[in-house]
Amino acid sequence: MNMERSPGEHNEEWLLDEPIVRPYVMTRGRTDARGKFDLVTIAVTIRSTTGAEVGLDPEHLTIARLCRRPLSVAEIAAHMDLPAGIVRVLLGDLLEKGFVAVQQPQSETDVLDERTYRAVLDGLRAL
Amino acid sequence: MASGRSEQPKLPKAIKLLVAGGFGVGKTTMVGAVSEIRPLRTEETLTDRSVGVDDLSGVEAKSTTTVAMDFGRITIGDEYMLYLFGTPGQERFWFVWDELARGALGAVVLADTRRLADCFPSVDYFERRGTPFVVAVNCFDGSPRYDLDEVKLALNLGSEVPVLLCDARRRESGKEVLIRLIEHAYSRRPAAAKEVSAR
Repeated sequence: MNMERSPGEHNEEWLLDEPIVRPYVMTRGRTDARGKFDLVTIAVTIRSTTGAEVGLDPEHLTIARLCRRPLSVAEIAAHMDLPAGIVRVLLGDLLEKGFVAVQQPQSETDVLDERTYRAVLDGLRAL
Repeated sequence: MASGRSEQPKLPKAIKLLVAGGFGVGKTTMVGAVSEIRPLRTEETLTDRSVGVDDLSGVEAKSTTTVAMDFGRITIGDEYMLYLFGTPGQERFWFVWDELARGALGAVVLADTRRLADCFPSVDYFERRGTPFVVAVNCFDGSPRYDLDEVKLALNLGSEVPVLLCDARRRESGKEVLIRLIEHAYSRRPAAAKEVSAR
């Protein structure tokens, strides 16, 4: 799928419309990024994109734009109206090419220290 | 590659909480009440993995299911982001729960006293999985008021499981439930168990 694309800002528009390609066409059929990204793995863009990068599709650029502030996989998926599985694959590409940094979530096997619980409780009480 | 790449920023860590319970019990309402963002919906496309084999020759026979989950977010300073996921209510989507529950710090089981049995599967699930949970009885208008001990008895809950009343529409109420859940999870963390057994 090496189709011509218009630069920059037009990309988002057709994404928000009804899908015109089946979702996994965007990933060239790849579905294998599940182990790497949880729904709440957080991503942030660390290198800005110009839109002219080789190998980046409009969806990659949209993710890079959304992640100028830290966002979870679930949020990216919701904002782009794409299944989380697609976002995982696309995010994997961006990570590999050095455009994003990711933070894995707190895992249940990590023993949360007292400070973490304290911070979360204080944060909730202050809401 | 040397230029243009900035320092790896310090990113907030996500903490996942689940809101479970029967269909229509107010899961999304509760998520929306405490979330700082309008609840979002994400779709997870799942491949039927019960076949066990994942080679390309079977691609045409694979079935996929899409489940939708509503979720919200609470930012805790610049260090943590709390994500609240409403679990899909339909029983046939249970296989997604393992994926959802993996890494979850705890769960709220919402109960409706008019249909208490609806929350049995959630209680069973979190008990079996060892995920810390609290039971929050959503006080619908006109629902029979039971003593919390009666609810506890009806659900056959361990004495350590907190049971509380709530109003899923109210932010303050949802906040209280989450605070109880975090406190409960804290008391049940492996380190706490060790502290107790060391005494």
